[in-house]
Amino acid sequence: MTAGTREALMSFPRRLAGAAADMSWGTRLSALIIILYGFAALFAPWIAPYGESEIVGPPFEPWSRTFLLGTDNLGRDMLTRLIYGIRNTIAISLVATLISFLVGVTLGLLSAISGGWVDAALSRVVDTLMAVPQLIFALLLLSVFGTSIPVLIAVITVIETTRVFRLSRALGMDVAAMDYIDVARMRGERTGWIIRREMLPNVAGTLVAEFGLRFCFVFLLISALSFMGLGIQPPTADLGSMVRDNASLITYGDITPLLPAAAIGFLTISVNFVADWYLKTTAKPDASA
Amino acid sequence: MHQPEPPILLEMRNLRVEAAGKTGVVELVRGVNLTLRRGEVLGLIGESGAGKSTIGLAALAYARGGCRISGGEVLLEGLDLLALPGSALRNFRGGRVAYVAQSAAAAFNPSRRIIDQYVEAARLHGRNDTANIRREAISRYRSLRLPDPETIGQRYPHELSGGQLQRAMVAMAMAASPDLIVFDEPTTALDVTTQREVLIAIRDLISQEHIGGLFISHDLAVVSQMADRIMVLRNGVVVEEGESQELMANPREAYTRALLSALSHHRRSHDTSEAVLDVRALDAGYGAAVRILQEVDLRVARGSVTAIVGESGSGKSTLARVIAGLLTPQAGSITFEGKPLPHTLGRRDRESLWRIQYVHQNPDAALNPSHTVQELLERVVVLRDGLRGSQLRERIRELLAMTELGEQLLPRRPSQLSGGQKQRVCIARAIAARPSLLICDEVTSSLDPLVARGIIDLLGKLQAELGVSYMFITHDLSIVESIADEVVVMHKGRVVETGATSQVLGYPESDYTAALIAAVPRFDRNWLQ
Repeated sequence: MTAGTREALMSFPRRLAGAAADMSWGTRLSALIIILYGFAALFAPWIAPYGESEIVGPPFEPWSRTFLLGTDNLGRDMLTRLIYGIRNTIAISLVATLISFLVGVTLGLLSAISGGWVDAALSRVVDTLMAVPQLIFALLLLSVFGTSIPVLIAVITVIETTRVFRLSRALGMDVAAMDYIDVARMRGERTGWIIRREMLPNVAGTLVAEFGLRFCFVFLLISALSFMGLGIQPPTADLGSMVRDNASLITYGDITPLLPAAAIGFLTISVNFVADWYLKTTAKPDASA
Repeated sequence: MHQPEPPILLEMRNLRVEAAGKTGVVELVRGVNLTLRRGEVLGLIGESGAGKSTIGLAALAYARGGCRISGGEVLLEGLDLLALPGSALRNFRGGRVAYVAQSAAAAFNPSRRIIDQYVEAARLHGRNDTANIRREAISRYRSLRLPDPETIGQRYPHELSGGQLQRAMVAMAMAASPDLIVFDEPTTALDVTTQREVLIAIRDLISQEHIGGLFISHDLAVVSQMADRIMVLRNGVVVEEGESQELMANPREAYTRALLSALSHHRRSHDTSEAVLDVRALDAGYGAAVRILQEVDLRVARGSVTAIVGESGSGKSTLARVIAGLLTPQAGSITFEGKPLPHTLGRRDRESLWRIQYVHQNPDAALNPSHTVQELLERVVVLRDGLRGSQLRERIRELLAMTELGEQLLPRRPSQLSGGQKQRVCIARAIAARPSLLICDEVTSSLDPLVARGIIDLLGKLQAELGVSYMFITHDLSIVESIADEVVVMHKGRVVETGATSQVLGYPESDYTAALIAAVPRFDRNWLQ
């Protein structure tokens, strides 16, 4: 760890406090919501009143003291399912997004710095993948390989990697044209080092903001797939499938099935808010100082 | 001295020359006293406008248009030239007193052979034995180190280079066996090695024929080699006068010391025999369709500064990129430190990568904005020298000191540095690699003039300390003049002219170079007096 990194880590809380000062109220609220979601996801087994797939009462119980948000179509506690649903969806989205970024950014920057046939080959593969509409592509692959969590993560990763690749390649092209890249190459640095140490720090700001947005898209995609029954499979709790399973309640004027939908919406909007704020801050001229 | 003093050849007493300008009369020479003995060379030195050339011309009792010798005496062996009638003066000029001008090309008749003009000069002053004159001409060509002395006289002026013409002109000045020759910056046009030879030849001629020489130059190094005594002039007044060695060793006046320190800044006496970089017949471009460089030859002598000049788009930077290995040439060879250099970066060995360093035009693009100064320098030192801990810190401190940067800059990022500081960091990073060739690509063009001056001075200082060769790309001819030993002029991807700085800038051979020089706004340096 270099002195600079250590210093950056040490000053992180201070910088965070400083950063919070110029947030709008919307952004602060969003940040709070994200923290609550994170808390729920991390500590689900301790917060949730019942077990994840435990049948605790009759189906479609109304809200009560025992079942704060009632029960679902199989008699499982709705609040518990909601908390676990958030945990599972966030976890899978996070893993999928992280892998997409790891692969996408690496390939994107590699493509940007290599140019030539490497760039051409990678870009055409990505173009081909992107030519297929993403939902159809996901449905296709999931019906071929079956719906398990690893397959789901893999499929989403493939889809999202193409998007991340495009962005990071574009960002990387700007950086690759810089003289300091030439300086590093003339020094005989390996491509991996150049990508990691010379390029990455300069595209990181935009990528972090993009990470937030990508995470939302992945979250929505997983929810959509689950809603269609191709995502996370029961009995594992999941926000999308919860909406579908309890949809019939709506006809009785009960808003319970809308809760998982609202959970999806709140998280997506909050992450967007914070990502926007972050993008604005990093776009400021002296953000790094 | 035991020998009797040689007789006084030329004496000037309280010489005054004035010029009538629009704003009134300006005195160019203000009461100069001068004594020159036979067999002696007196060096007149000073910057432009010091009155050197005016005094030189006054030795012929001549003043340029608009000027007038307003007072004093000019005595040639006791004869007051200023009192002579016009017809007698004409005999004097070129006869007993000869003048070798700065611009040799302008002094020759372009439609007559070199040797015929020599013969004519001799016959004008009363000699008739043409065969003898020709033999004498050839022997003088030989002693002035002209190539092919037997046949060179048969050529026309345009068939000789500027430097060759200059020597032919010195020979011609000797034709009438003068008593005194005034040399007005005669070797500015010659490259460093020939300059030395010619100077020695001139000196030998003067002592052999027991005549006097007035040697005018702004180059103290040249004058100190040539002259027995030196007279330092400034604004038409003698600042200091003395024996050459004495004056060089113990200058009394501050102005002389300033001239001397300017000299030590500017090393000319490097070994030009060895090339650190030799580029032959290089073709390069982007793709098959776009040819940027065509048959480019370039030689950078060890320890020298070679400037590449030309307008934007002339291929200067492309050439630099090819040498640095960033662009693969289509044809040609690159020899670096005696070994052929592979064309692609990947095939070059680490050592040769380190030994060619590149300083970019725009430090903002050359320094990674995410890295601190410490990180920027550390990486190079660690990779190059494998230093750790206190040795590493010591080396970085040394690099900062060399580039005149403070240690408090280490934790800063480029965005927290000034333009000049950024460029200095770039230079520090480059010299951290201990290069033998430093490619400076328009390093000052993004800086304001004062900061740019500082960078140029720094580069000059580093070169003296480290003995690095510079390949200095610029379009600024005033920088070229101050730092470069050799100049390569590029136009549309071709080298149109190569030579010593003073030669190329003073006596451009190609039209393009002349146009380039004419396009530069500059102070009048009185080149074509």
